[in-house]
Amino acid sequence: MIHSLFLINCSGDIFLEKHWKSVVSQSVCDYFFEAQEKAIDVENVPPVISTPHHYLISIYRDKIFFVSVIQTEVPPLFVIEFLHRVADTFQDYFGECSETAIKDNVVIVYELLEEMLDNGFPLATESNILKELIKPPTILRSVVNSITGSSNVGDTLPTGQLSNIPWRRAGVKYTNNEAYFDVIEEIDAIIDKSGSTVFAEIQGVIDSCIKLSGMPDLSLSFMNPRLLDDVSFHPCIRFKRWESERVLSFIPPDGNFRLISYRVSSQNLVAIPVYVKHMISFKENSSSGRFDVTIGPKQNMGKTVEGVVMTVHMPKAVLNMNLTATQGSYTFDPVIKVLTWDVGKITPQKLPNLKGIVNLQSGAPKPEENPSLNIQFKIQQLAISGLKVNRLDMYGEKYKPFKGVKYITKAGKFQVRT
Amino acid sequence: DIYLKQMLESSKDSAKLDAMKRIVGMIAKGKNASELFPAVVKNVASKNIEIKKLVYVYLMRYAEEQQDLALLSISTFQRALKDPNQLIRASALRVLSSIRVPIIVPIMMLAIKEASSDLSPYVRKNAAHAIQKLYSLDPEQKEMLIEVIEKLLKDKSTLVAGSVVMAFEEVCPDRIDLIHKNYRKLCNLLVDVEEWGQVVIIHMLTRYARTQFVSPWKDDEVVEEYSENNFYESDEEQKEKDQKVKNTYTMDPDHRLLLRNTKPLLQSRNAAVVMAVAQLYWHLAPKSEAGIVSKSLVRLLHSNREVQYIVLQNIATMSIQRKGMFEPYLKSFYVRSTDPTMIKTLKLEILTNLANEANISTLLREFQTYVRSQDKQFAAATIQAIGRCATNITEVTDTCLNGLVCLLSNRDEIVVAESVVVIKKLLQTQPAHHGEIIKHMAKLLDNITVPVARASILWLIGEYCERVPKIAPDVLRKTAKTFTNEDDLVKLQILNLGAKLYLTNSKQTKLLTQYVLNLGKYDQSYDIRDRTRFIRQLIVPNEKSGALSKYAKKIFLAQKPAPLLESPFKDRDHFQLGTLSHTLNSRATGYLELSDWPKVAPDPSVRNVDVAELAKEWTGILGKTKKEKPTEKFYSESEEDEDESSSTSASGRCLESNLHLPCLKNSIFRTGHYLKRIRKKFKKSQSYVAAPVSVPTKTHELLHRMSGKGLAAHYHFSRQPGIFGDRMVSVQLTVTNTTDQKIENIHIKEKKLPPGMRMHEFNPIECLEPAGSITVSMGIDFCDSAQMASFQLCTKDDYFNVNIQPPVGELLLPVTMSEKDFKKEFAAKTVHSGSLMLVTVELKESSTAQLIINTEKTVIGSVLLRELKPVLSQG
Repeated sequence: MIHSLFLINCSGDIFLEKHWKSVVSQSVCDYFFEAQEKAIDVENVPPVISTPHHYLISIYRDKIFFVSVIQTEVPPLFVIEFLHRVADTFQDYFGECSETAIKDNVVIVYELLEEMLDNGFPLATESNILKELIKPPTILRSVVNSITGSSNVGDTLPTGQLSNIPWRRAGVKYTNNEAYFDVIEEIDAIIDKSGSTVFAEIQGVIDSCIKLSGMPDLSLSFMNPRLLDDVSFHPCIRFKRWESERVLSFIPPDGNFRLISYRVSSQNLVAIPVYVKHMISFKENSSSGRFDVTIGPKQNMGKTVEGVVMTVHMPKAVLNMNLTATQGSYTFDPVIKVLTWDVGKITPQKLPNLKGIVNLQSGAPKPEENPSLNIQFKIQQLAISGLKVNRLDMYGEKYKPFKGVKYITKAGKFQVRT
Repeated sequence: DIYLKQMLESSKDSAKLDAMKRIVGMIAKGKNASELFPAVVKNVASKNIEIKKLVYVYLMRYAEEQQDLALLSISTFQRALKDPNQLIRASALRVLSSIRVPIIVPIMMLAIKEASSDLSPYVRKNAAHAIQKLYSLDPEQKEMLIEVIEKLLKDKSTLVAGSVVMAFEEVCPDRIDLIHKNYRKLCNLLVDVEEWGQVVIIHMLTRYARTQFVSPWKDDEVVEEYSENNFYESDEEQKEKDQKVKNTYTMDPDHRLLLRNTKPLLQSRNAAVVMAVAQLYWHLAPKSEAGIVSKSLVRLLHSNREVQYIVLQNIATMSIQRKGMFEPYLKSFYVRSTDPTMIKTLKLEILTNLANEANISTLLREFQTYVRSQDKQFAAATIQAIGRCATNITEVTDTCLNGLVCLLSNRDEIVVAESVVVIKKLLQTQPAHHGEIIKHMAKLLDNITVPVARASILWLIGEYCERVPKIAPDVLRKTAKTFTNEDDLVKLQILNLGAKLYLTNSKQTKLLTQYVLNLGKYDQSYDIRDRTRFIRQLIVPNEKSGALSKYAKKIFLAQKPAPLLESPFKDRDHFQLGTLSHTLNSRATGYLELSDWPKVAPDPSVRNVDVAELAKEWTGILGKTKKEKPTEKFYSESEEDEDESSSTSASGRCLESNLHLPCLKNSIFRTGHYLKRIRKKFKKSQSYVAAPVSVPTKTHELLHRMSGKGLAAHYHFSRQPGIFGDRMVSVQLTVTNTTDQKIENIHIKEKKLPPGMRMHEFNPIECLEPAGSITVSMGIDFCDSAQMASFQLCTKDDYFNVNIQPPVGELLLPVTMSEKDFKKEFAAKTVHSGSLMLVTVELKESSTAQLIINTEKTVIGSVLLRELKPVLSQG
């Protein structure tokens, strides 16, 4: 399936290559560079490119292009998902998926890629299994290894590989047994000029950090499971239990993982926690315009809206902006025409405002459209959908684990049209 | 390099490892390290596992280039193939099969064959991967490899399934016959296969199903799966229905099985799996059911841009044929200004496909926002989309046209140009009222510079020149002046305009046209000169002009069919959805065609599997005694073992209890791999079950004489193996008549058994004399659970509710073992499924003992533990 992989950085250097079948020359990447040039910005490089002898399927993650070479028919999503899994694994192993991290750990990267694919077909992609085969680097271990000559490579088959719970490694031991669940909800919304909601929905995930000894069997139940309209599961979750009882029952992987992703049923009205008052105008036949934006809280259920950041892609004709912020600080990058306003916390008593003059290139026509405002925010201790975890029970082990649930609401793709 | 060679030859592992790491670093950067081959290959037998692994990496990269030297390493791998450690066996096979050296083909073949019967499913998985490697190295091995594929397809391990199907798809995708017998098994295992294997299997089964089942689609009608005659239907309706019945469709249960077993995978976290199921439903499910996939596909839109791109493409194709599927999610396709252009255009495409009378006004309002977008490429695409909506939905044609005309005064040239092109197309479809719009557009000609737009305007004026008789000649006059500076596209249209005017209004335009034709005659472009000559011959009458010039007017001003504004995704559905070919809209190498439904279904019995035969094969390979269900299967939860899997939580389990006499400290669950080891150990001894040594005489009361109106019943477990089949526990029932009358016809009725439990009743007792007593035998399959079997004991006139609850010990059969083993642990197996139950008692200091029970059956295990504890503590 996957013939070769090339990692390419933003300046177009191929800094790593790996082949699972016979070697494919680097020159195949020229087709990719060609497509990249055509595509103005990185976001628009087509993920699937056809060349005379190969197909190139690529992803863009953390300023790196992962370009895979394919020779025959394959579901493109198969390759895309796999490449993202590779990037996730690097992130997991090295704490970041960057060119430097990959170059610094090139041997481990190679060993990982070797285990993850055999003849182009995925072999071991579960983090728990990989970590038994190849231990992640730590400073201590590399010191010990260099002195004792011991290695990072395991010599027995990870037990998970053979069992029907491949995601969990055997023999897990902790002195403090803990299970944490983060319920993270994101609001995707489009708000129109007049402030009414064109489209809004809530996408949520439950990220877990499980540090429990042995083989715990957990079940997590909700106060209001019916809210979850569409759910996707980590393979550990027993589908039938969910179908019949709406309980998440599972033997968890060890460590960090995403338990479920969900969408809240679209019938429910989505509470929008902030409102934006805006006045952006460009005068005809004049090289300036006015900009005035105020952000305020709304329906926030007594919680503080924080981490507010507004980014605006201004029209090309904008030369500069002269603004005053009553709160936080703003920057305008005249090259990419992006205005960023870091607001911070919103206090209802004194609403943050950003106001001033927009300077246009002289002689340029008045911009057709006002820019959209992209808003980010965070609300701690609140799941905007109202989802609540009822209880977590553990079977199969006798100790009493420490349990914790955290809720957080964030802006997803939250856009205000002006 | 010399330095690296020295390091490799050093006696210290650390130096070698360091050297290997540097070499791998070179390979990773694409630098040539082949010169070091001799020095590296020497280390292939290194004791240090990391050095060895890195040497493997090196070998796989360079063996093809250094074939002779590579042969030096082969014997090491051959030795490793026999290693007791399965990881080493597997990786030896992996490397051996990755060395692309033709001489070793026979060795590889042999290794693959052996590995395909390895006890470890992990090794067998690697064997399946090796099949494809050998096939690409030497396609002549095909026949032998198919034999191995056939064997591995029968494998019940979820680990192997995905890999062998992958090999099947690459080596012999046309050998559908190999799938028949494995079809149901693959459907049932699917949920437990790892995600990558799921994708491959689902795609293969989609192809398979299209060759084996008949179409569930009936002329776009909703298909009723089980057609039942409605009692209350009128005769007429009945008649209609009778006609339908002729071609009534009933879905093959195997077809249904596939649909049912893939549905839960729509909940997978892996986008490729979700897409695979979606395409399966699209290609295989009755049209009324395909809708369930839309929600999951829409969910994927929250993912990264690459996933969005592919999913949107597939939705675009689907939404052309079946709008209804995605209509409820219309707003999920609304465009954000931050979306990449390729995502925006795909969303726009879908929105256009979904447009209908009901939602068009909302959509047009949304489109207005897009038209003003700073992303001009996208704005242009929106204008085309508006054009398509206008032609498809006649109610809004005028509104759209007016909107587009407004756009003609837009400041951006690209927007104006695109509008002109779309208006031109719209006017062609609506030839009623264009005078005003054409006049308006003629004015634009002074300012607009985009060639396509200028050409479009000129064409329009030429085509409808009789409707704007005053303006048309003037336009020709203006353009004749600029002719030499125009783009070729525009020049051609000026010539066209001239020709048309010459034919309709020669008085005013004769000279102008001739002037233009003269300019064209000496143009630099072949095309223009060619066209000029052609037009001149056709329209200007002279002696030589042929018969055609008579028809010149008919030729130039013929009614032209309006262009169809169609989606670029219109014809993509000949490709299977979710494939690379679909994304590229051209057939990719190795694309496997999805066949049309057969008119008549091939024989469905080919998929029937002889259970006994299957079991025999499997006990042969794995030494498993469980016959019906593979132990690996847990999350599959197919209907038959639903009950079991909800009560246990992992297939192999170990109950362990630290027994501090007399009280229990704690008990812990442990994984069951221990059990697997033991199962192997016991595979011989299990085949025969020892005869019971002691039979308890204790009887239990089933029915007291007082509550039985004089009829009393007792039972005891006779421990006779297999009277009513080997899963039944034998129960001896003694019935006594304590009345002074005959009791007639004693029998069992109204059995209320938990799912899976079965009962073999005794033959009815015709007559029981007063004070008489009779003993009968019955068998109950408790299905390895300690649940009660409830039933009614009936006489001729009366009935009594009774129930039998087995002590856990009666659910176990003894297993013989050597005395040595017995001293460590003793074993039993459950009656129903033959699961092993291992009991170990370990004495520790200070009169503590540890009691361990290893079993898959958690419930029985814990009950047994509870019962054994007090017994042992007393002893």
